[in-house]
Amino acid sequence: MTIYGTALLSICLLAGVSIGKVLGKLAGVDADIGGVGIAMLLLIFSTDWLRRTGRLKPPTELGVSFWGLIYIPIVVAMAASQNVLAALKAGAVAVVAGIAVVVVSFGLVGVLARYGQPAVTAEQESE
Amino acid sequence: MLDAIESIVVKYSLLTAFSVTGVTIWVSYQMSERLTRGRLHGSAIAILIGLILAVVGGLVTGGKKGIADIPLFSGIGLMGGAMLRDLAIVATAFGVRMEEFRKGGVIGAVSLALGLLMSFLVGGVTAFTFGYRDATTITTIGAGAATYIVGPVTGAAIGASSEVIALSVAAGLVKAILVMTTTPFVARFIGLNNPRAAMIFGGVIGTNSGVMAGLAATDPKLVPYGAMTATFYTGLGCLLGPSVVYMTVRALVE
Repeated sequence: MTIYGTALLSICLLAGVSIGKVLGKLAGVDADIGGVGIAMLLLIFSTDWLRRTGRLKPPTELGVSFWGLIYIPIVVAMAASQNVLAALKAGAVAVVAGIAVVVVSFGLVGVLARYGQPAVTAEQESE
Repeated sequence: MLDAIESIVVKYSLLTAFSVTGVTIWVSYQMSERLTRGRLHGSAIAILIGLILAVVGGLVTGGKKGIADIPLFSGIGLMGGAMLRDLAIVATAFGVRMEEFRKGGVIGAVSLALGLLMSFLVGGVTAFTFGYRDATTITTIGAGAATYIVGPVTGAAIGASSEVIALSVAAGLVKAILVMTTTPFVARFIGLNNPRAAMIFGGVIGTNSGVMAGLAATDPKLVPYGAMTATFYTGLGCLLGPSVVYMTVRALVE
């Protein structure tokens, strides 16, 4: 049944976000810490277990994978519902801070991605 | 007649959203193929069109939710809202090898710590350069440079004025939008082409919408890896902003 897959996915997300909220509460902030990441781990472990015990049937898989495939359109809808105008009209300090942090971030990603990796993969990728 | 159709389109708003988004994506992929010969990815163009629509929505309604503030397109807000977005993002992890996450675990955590501290630093220094000298404002704008959620959460916790909180939200929005639009172009130069780099990217950049859309436009296969680390960013930022960072800034400037 395809709904089994979608139900499993939903349960993982609800559980993950709940755990993230509890972690936030324990840390004293009103925010979710790692909810989506925890949900991803729950999904990976549960589907792996179902697959090993032969209970992950193709229709069930479909109920999960459909949502992963619809991801890009959802991101487009997310972009269309951002407060872009506020960002464009904001004070110079906000615009400069936003631009500066992106430039420095990209630089930091480049440094960490290139120089911080194990020697073997560094050789493989430097070709 | 027209009224009747409009009422259906509004009533079935989620279906309207699927239709509008589907057409947008089709147009984008046609443009990608015919105008750029596939060099600019279709999803990157689609996200750009989405952002332009958001500006139009803001101009027409004066609201905060882009095109979704127009009743006709209210379904876009549901479709692109946190619930379905998180459902889709978790689904992308289906079929991902646990091995990859484990390999990137340590560097992912390092990226998170460095990325957060660097954002607070860059945002704070910018605020200082613009003449702000009080710890509350510097910290809040620094928090906004992390994400547009860390900004207001931190600002509210340490008693920033609503004007400063608005600036911090704007800084976070500028960051998210820039990451969405420029990631496909810089990916090659920063080595963003493997799961490990995507985990670093998610940890350093942190802003969920920016990371998710930026990676989707670069290579959809990298999305779950970036999302895995980025999901910890906002929560940790809200934790560090009003506490460690605020106290450090106060010790430095006051």
